[in-house]
Amino acid sequence: MIDGPPDSGLSSTEALSAFLRRRTEQIAQRWADLPLFQAVFTVTRDEAVEACQAVLSCLVEVAESGRLEDLEAPGFLPARRQLVAMTASRSRSGLSIAQVDREFGVLRDAVLDMLAADSSGAAPEESARLRLLLVTLFGTLRVVVVETMLQENQEIVQRQRQQLLEMATPVVKLWDRLVAVPLIGMLDSARSQVVMENLLEAIVEHNADIAILDITGVPTVDSLVAQHLMKTVASARLMGAECVISGIRPAIAQTMVQLGLDLGHVTTRATLADALEWALERRRRRERDSRIPE
Amino acid sequence: MTTHSSIPVLDLGGLLLVTIQGELPDDAAVALQEEVTETISRTGARGLIIDIGSLEMVDSFLARVLAEVAAASRLLAARAVLVGMRPAVAITLVELGLTLPGLATARTLTEAAAGFGVSIEHAGSRGQGET
Repeated sequence: MIDGPPDSGLSSTEALSAFLRRRTEQIAQRWADLPLFQAVFTVTRDEAVEACQAVLSCLVEVAESGRLEDLEAPGFLPARRQLVAMTASRSRSGLSIAQVDREFGVLRDAVLDMLAADSSGAAPEESARLRLLLVTLFGTLRVVVVETMLQENQEIVQRQRQQLLEMATPVVKLWDRLVAVPLIGMLDSARSQVVMENLLEAIVEHNADIAILDITGVPTVDSLVAQHLMKTVASARLMGAECVISGIRPAIAQTMVQLGLDLGHVTTRATLADALEWALERRRRRERDSRIPE
Repeated sequence: MTTHSSIPVLDLGGLLLVTIQGELPDDAAVALQEEVTETISRTGARGLIIDIGSLEMVDSFLARVLAEVAAASRLLAARAVLVGMRPAVAITLVELGLTLPGLATARTLTEAAAGFGVSIEHAGSRGQGET
């Protein structure tokens, strides 16, 4: 926040807001021709000019309040809504945060040019102070832009995490009363809880006596993941279904041994195909055994 | 018949069937435990099937009783199989650390019976008991 001497500081920000207000129309016209506004508002130029004026009026309000460095200044609030739409549009075109930031930086240069032309007759120190305030104001605007984009990205990440959780764990029926879960991606506590519940529900639904947990798509197995797998296997066993874990890659097998992770009595097979073969063979043997009365 | 508990222990000719319905209070569980062991020793049954498919909650006490029933049956030369546990019950027991390692389980009654060589379905039914 600029809290300079009341007489000079205040009058400078007032001069700044007066300048921005006076030149709103010209600045808006110049901004509308910049690639930033042209790319966002492709339909009509009037729309771009209108958006420029909206952003400018926010800047005027901020300048009037004198809180040039305050991101939370009330003047920025309406600007944020405008900025969200604009940055979202630029992100969709594939621009990085830095690139969008640079585009917003160009806005400042257009205004600085105009300020230089405007204050050619004024005292040099007065125009220098005005210039400094203008640069400060646009610096803050750029931070607001970056903050807005980061917030947007954060929301996208949150949404995608939710989607991943919802779609990540399909339980497939491989054979009569034989279900399998192909696990893909990192397993954290929340996900493995969903996996476990889905698998157990599927065991009930299909009356499965054998379930295959395929971890081919799991990049790393640490003690937490191993613990989750053990819990799933133990729960399935209590429900009367046997679990076999397949798809442990050589590198993961080595890591697990080095970490001292013990899967106990859980049956493991190298590939899903091996697990399927084991399951069918086991069922054949059981059928044979059950025909012989005790 | 020395009946203590309200839960019937059915004798299917060398194979005992216990179906636990609804809630099972602690004293009823203990009574059931006694009755089952007595019935096994009286009939010389070789198998015991406990169906808990309708139980919505199994606490640590009941889990211990079930494990004890299984262990006692084994001493009397009968094999116990637990049938039809619900997912929520299984998750709770595992979270409590009660994985009941000595207890055989099966998904369905048919499967458990097949493990004892008794076919409830048509001949040549699939499935079995002990894991």
